[in-house]
Amino acid sequence: MSTSKKQILVDPLSKNNPVVVLMLGICSALAVTAQVKPALVMGISVTVVLAFSNVIISLLRNTIPNRIRIIVQLVVVAALVIIVEQVLKAFAYDVWGQLSVFIGLIITNCILMGRLEAFALGNTPFDSFLDGIGNGLGYTAILLIVAIVREFLGSGSLMGYAIIPSSFYEGGYMNNGLMILPPMALIVVGCIIWVHRSIDKDLQE
Amino acid sequence: METFNIFIKSIFVDNMIFAYFLGMCSYLAVSKTVKTSVGLGIAVTFVLVVTLPINYLLDTYVLKAGALSWLSPELAGTDLSFLSFILFIAIIASMVQIVEMVVEKFTPALYSQLGIFLPLIAVNCAILGGSLFMQQRSFDNIGQATVFGLGSGIGWLLAIVGIAAIREHMSYSKVPKPLRGLGITFIITGLMGIAFMGFMGIKF
Repeated sequence: MSTSKKQILVDPLSKNNPVVVLMLGICSALAVTAQVKPALVMGISVTVVLAFSNVIISLLRNTIPNRIRIIVQLVVVAALVIIVEQVLKAFAYDVWGQLSVFIGLIITNCILMGRLEAFALGNTPFDSFLDGIGNGLGYTAILLIVAIVREFLGSGSLMGYAIIPSSFYEGGYMNNGLMILPPMALIVVGCIIWVHRSIDKDLQE
Repeated sequence: METFNIFIKSIFVDNMIFAYFLGMCSYLAVSKTVKTSVGLGIAVTFVLVVTLPINYLLDTYVLKAGALSWLSPELAGTDLSFLSFILFIAIIASMVQIVEMVVEKFTPALYSQLGIFLPLIAVNCAILGGSLFMQQRSFDNIGQATVFGLGSGIGWLLAIVGIAAIREHMSYSKVPKPLRGLGITFIITGLMGIAFMGFMGIKF
């Protein structure tokens, strides 16, 4: 694989991370991070939708009239999201119930529109596919970090398995219930941005 | 009374930003000054109030399980709800177009203020989120759906004007370098969210 292709794939993981650097796709992301499992499923769903919608729009990029491209993009994305939703409903019903409306909100996830506009409309299908996978993974990584912090501190478990031994609880340890509440997701992301920008000084404002 | 409850609840308790993080992208990008954030907030409220009743009718008479029985009794068994994403987003995108044209024709002053934001609203999660929550909560009538839209929009407006005012003042304070801009905005939004949780359980 050539360096430019590798760059397309690896860049979004940290330097151009869609969530903490480009400020995209925060909308439907944070609400699903109280536990690791829904966050992982959400990340995978977004990665799949992003990769395939990038490929489809990239294939169509010379035939879509410029004026109606937003509608075309929305239709392509909405169709893919419906497929993902039906698959989840069939094979992972409990997670589907937990994610509820947030699967539908993948359609308006800014990462999708952002990458379709900024990348897929001007690049070849294979590059667009790599870009979609890279951005999806960058998004999943942030979701997972937030979810791991929140589930570990908030419920003392990971993926639903108890991590903190029961002897701790007998000794008086208590889970931090605040971590489960929605506002903490924002604060955890704020801290991730803090750490990320302390390491990568180029990103500071 | 029930309708009034929905109104208060959708502004304070189930606030789009603080409880569900919907519309965060434009919330973070456009909240640098109070003036523009008021414009965007009004535009979002307006589009929510217009799209929610339409999507409510669509859901009740076309999409729900058995909703088509008014056409002919044979269709009572059809369930088209899997189509709701694509139809809702189509309604929203076309309504945004129409609203944009109407505003441009009749109130050019408002149009020049909202201009850039209006087309962006089609992909604002808060709008689609409003429709999906409406579908999930199954309101009794179209009035409740409209009030829910109005309340959610006002809640969103409150949140974005609040953060814009705080950010305007923050430009005078010494924030640690890596936190400047995006980082501190997230943390403040979190703190505002905790404050808004104080409204939980309000009932009339």
